Amino acid sequence: MAEAVFSVEVDPAGRAHEADNPRSLLVRFGREQPLRLDAGIDLAPFQIAYQTYGTLNAERSNAVLICHALTGDQHVANLHPVTQKPGWWETMVGPGRPIDTDRYFVICPNVLGACMGTTGPASTNPSTAMPWGLDFPVITIRDMVRAQAMLLDHLGIASLFSMAGGSMGGMQVLQWCASYPQRVFSALPIATSTRHSAQNIAFHEVGRQAVMADPEWRQGRYFAHDTNPRRGLAVARMGAHITYLSDMALHRKFGRRFQNRDNPTFSFDADFQVESYLRHQGISFVERFDANSYLYLTRAMDYFDLAADYNGVLANAFKDTPTRFCVISFTSDWLFPTSDSRAIVHALNAGGARVSFAEIVSDKGHDAFLLEEPELFAIVRGFLEGAARARGLTAARGR
Amino acid sequence: MLTRANHDLTMADAARNPGGARVDLLLVAEMVTPGAKVLDVGCGDGELLRLLAETRGVDGRGIELSREGVNQCVAKGLAVIQGDADTDLSDYPDDAFDYVILSQTLQATRHPRVVLEHMLRIGRHAVVSFPNFGHWGIRLQLLLGGHMPRTDNLPYAWWESPNIHFCTIKDFRQLCRVAGAKMERAVALDAWGRALRFNAPWWFWNLLGEQAVFLLSRSG
Repeated sequence: MAEAVFSVEVDPAGRAHEADNPRSLLVRFGREQPLRLDAGIDLAPFQIAYQTYGTLNAERSNAVLICHALTGDQHVANLHPVTQKPGWWETMVGPGRPIDTDRYFVICPNVLGACMGTTGPASTNPSTAMPWGLDFPVITIRDMVRAQAMLLDHLGIASLFSMAGGSMGGMQVLQWCASYPQRVFSALPIATSTRHSAQNIAFHEVGRQAVMADPEWRQGRYFAHDTNPRRGLAVARMGAHITYLSDMALHRKFGRRFQNRDNPTFSFDADFQVESYLRHQGISFVERFDANSYLYLTRAMDYFDLAADYNGVLANAFKDTPTRFCVISFTSDWLFPTSDSRAIVHALNAGGARVSFAEIVSDKGHDAFLLEEPELFAIVRGFLEGAARARGLTAARGR
Repeated sequence: MLTRANHDLTMADAARNPGGARVDLLLVAEMVTPGAKVLDVGCGDGELLRLLAETRGVDGRGIELSREGVNQCVAKGLAVIQGDADTDLSDYPDDAFDYVILSQTLQATRHPRVVLEHMLRIGRHAVVSFPNFGHWGIRLQLLLGGHMPRTDNLPYAWWESPNIHFCTIKDFRQLCRVAGAKMERAVALDAWGRALRFNAPWWFWNLLGEQAVFLLSRSG
């Protein structure tokens, strides 16, 4: 067998259901509250699915917004309703965790364009009663942030105590701080950049082409043909997943070891453990993610260039910002390297911002921000504690 | 190279006040107006920044070369970035701070004059402390021993020392003139970081001070 088996036991109707009627908190914005998109289109009606953890205090001053990455979702710290796996940042967010839900009120919305309940290409287009597909307008990071600001308005939260996000989540954090500086008391942009590099755009393009080359993609109308571009999306995920790791991490985890065999089979079967691992990553991703969403979200990241909105001067994006920043990068992250984080720090310094910057030694690549990294936890905890003192937040109950 | 983190290990025996703070840092802290905006260049593990925040209520920031030091500082809630005094001070705008502090780091920079000029550009005041290479003990080691001096505070062999630009108090005063710095205050310290609190001519301080702390401002 040469080809990986990407047919998986998933109920497409179930996932489609999640896009419109998620097992999450939900706020619907009607036609009278349109979302003005960068593309010049008013999106209405639309909805945002989100999760919350902890309790909002009486002063409404302890809210922390978590922004998820490209293939993440709002299920930060609870069992995922589709995959039944733990939340993607359970080591960071929860009672007694660095982002302590005994102390802070944590909100995580599904981003605009995604497929877990916030309006995106998998959602039903009210004018056709079919999924939006490629009729969905192309969106930007700033559009995502505008939508999140509407969610906070709806929740009655004028100012966030803090916000955190890695990768595409970090892009949202930076955009928030540029768009609404008065609403963000402190911010943690992690393993991110103020602009997507040419190399990263190139990787995304390979992923999109893989999806679109799958005949089952059907020009983005697979839902109408009852097909699903599984192979294309799985290959896109396999390629992207390599960029989230590092040579060292792959070597440590798999080396050249064979998968359930002692000798090569002289075929194109998954002889190597690393092949088997990547195929598994591809398959499990297809279970929970919409192919068109993948196209839209990668595009939003590609378009992100914060300095371009400020005449090419990044420092102007953060001029006189009142926000306290903690920028974090990882030594082995070659997708969003430390030099990208340094550029953020330089711009913040030039703007007179209160900024901390730490580079954490890890051989786990870009994914390090999602993993068990004690130093990351200590830094996030310490930074938030310092910010909480400055904000006058009281200590956690019973701790 | 900033080496406060390492250097501070050798300052472990430095005199401390009953509260546990190093007296040489207390002296630096004394020179800073309460509530000022301060940049500590080569801030090590953040002891001075913490002291400044607790005793003077300053809005403090730090730069530190060692990753270890930075991460310790950030985990303490201090605003510190990983960076190099020789290359990263140019990123800061003019007059961004009331004070820029360089504590026990000048001798480890590649371009002390450039660093000092940046400090005076970024801050309205600069505070510089450094080991005095003109101390009689050091002079004697070179004169009688015929080898590069080593002391409790400067324990490195010459081939592994991060300290590449030693100077005496006299030398530093010359740098101040060249760099256009006005000396507002100068204090010589003994080996334990205690101020030599008596009036003496410069040559005397240059002979008896193991360390020196200068408060400077831009002249003119």
